[in-house]
Amino acid sequence: MAERTLRGKTAIAGIGETIYYKHGQSPDSEFKLALQAIVKACADAGISPHEVDGFASYGNDRSDGPRLAAALGVKELKFSNMFWGGGGGGVCGAVGNASAAVATGMADCVVAFRSLAQGQYARYGRSGAAAAVMGDDAFLFPYGVMSPAQRFAMKITRFMTEHGIKQEALRGIAMACYHHAQKNPNAVMRGRELDEAKYDASRWIVEPFHHLYDCCQENDGAAAVVVVPAERAKDMKNKPAYVMACGQGGDHRSAAPVHNMPNYPSSHFGQLAPRLYAMAKMRPADMGIVQCYENFTGGVLMSLIEHGMVKPEEANEVLVKSNLIVEGGKMPLNTSGGNLAECYMHGLELVIEATRQIRGTAINQVKNNNAAIIMGGPMVTPVSSLILGSEATL
Amino acid sequence: MSGFYLPEGLPTPSSGPDGLSQPYWDGTREKKLRVQKCNGCGSWQWGPEWICHRCHAFDLSWQEIQGKGRIYSYQRPHHPVHTALNGHGPYIAVLVELPDYGNIRMVGNLLGDPLQTVTIGAAVEAVFEPHDNAKPPYTLVQWKIV
Repeated sequence: MAERTLRGKTAIAGIGETIYYKHGQSPDSEFKLALQAIVKACADAGISPHEVDGFASYGNDRSDGPRLAAALGVKELKFSNMFWGGGGGGVCGAVGNASAAVATGMADCVVAFRSLAQGQYARYGRSGAAAAVMGDDAFLFPYGVMSPAQRFAMKITRFMTEHGIKQEALRGIAMACYHHAQKNPNAVMRGRELDEAKYDASRWIVEPFHHLYDCCQENDGAAAVVVVPAERAKDMKNKPAYVMACGQGGDHRSAAPVHNMPNYPSSHFGQLAPRLYAMAKMRPADMGIVQCYENFTGGVLMSLIEHGMVKPEEANEVLVKSNLIVEGGKMPLNTSGGNLAECYMHGLELVIEATRQIRGTAINQVKNNNAAIIMGGPMVTPVSSLILGSEATL
Repeated sequence: MSGFYLPEGLPTPSSGPDGLSQPYWDGTREKKLRVQKCNGCGSWQWGPEWICHRCHAFDLSWQEIQGKGRIYSYQRPHHPVHTALNGHGPYIAVLVELPDYGNIRMVGNLLGDPLQTVTIGAAVEAVFEPHDNAKPPYTLVQWKIV
């Protein structure tokens, strides 16, 4: 029986991003942003949007596949898919689902995308105005546990306390992301370098461990990637970024209500990461490019640990800016600025940056650019991760 | 003084159309803390669900428990994310583990000075915070250091 795997069967052949805006500053509607990103991704791939035959998204994206297909004149819609769960936990899963559809022949050319204009709809960092709340929220909101930062803070408090990890490790992560944004013309935080003093002096969002600069932005924009069969990608205009593995899901009962998941102090990648590496037939040390979703820097910390990139006892030592930047760093992290400093495009900007790195066209280009790991949406559930590789990794 | 830890105007709890958590909220009105216990395998379960995740019995009872636990984790939010919290200042939320009941965990506020030092592992006990004038009335469960 043939091995059941995604390894090397599909590739990202096109990438597209809109201008990234601070929330509320997009002149275009959310759906128009989605269309712009998809049209750009198709142009980058050298195909017509008429050729797209599937859409995959996540985070309850409001730009639904059937409407996109109609607007773009898609000839035949073969795949229309939404990854359950809020936040950016589905970012890599959407690419994985697109790849699964393509690898199995359900569709031939699937766009994985995210469009998000927080200025036009609800902001993630503000609670809604509902008078009454039910389900899990009923046990949290009346106590002032409402925003994502507040929902995840106690995981981070527990994890960092258990392992003796200091605030400075989070500062290193934030500073590296801001550093990489400075050369990126599409980074919202370009021109706003972050140094130690500025980080230390920034206000608390949630104490302990969440300064202002530990938290992602709220933005408007859209991003898209085009997934095609590997064989086809070889003959297209860009160097393919092959999908080597996707993992998605959650740890055992990670959605247990009222913070009762058995492995509480976790980013929820503990069970996923081993099967991700197994599918890719690679190890953490093979990953020259590391893109890790920052909702909060504490989530990055736990993601890196659960993916075997850092040991908990080494985190204070390893997670310093000099180790995490392209210029001489051992583990360049979020090389376009990520959710913190490029744009909170729910992590799809990280997939696009990983693709640019593998092509060799990134602004902050990593030398060892054969394999990239992307970790999506730590601490939510389900989460997802992706490994992309150049032809050399096949 | 309102007698409430946080200002009025925050979202109020509802058991929702399916009524799954109604026995819990009915209990707190009577100053009783009730959680689910499986009649099939005897396991404690929290938060509420229709089925026991261990033995898959649908036969879950609501048992009154002692509100005694220890702080498993905590946070002190500063940034107000709801209009009712504008200008209020920091407050403390705790995740309390109940060792006598299968280490189930509950979320509440830690009463007292919002700037107090919080220690993971500290013993706490439940305090009922009735909101009698709310429509409908409800009672929150808060925690204080023993």
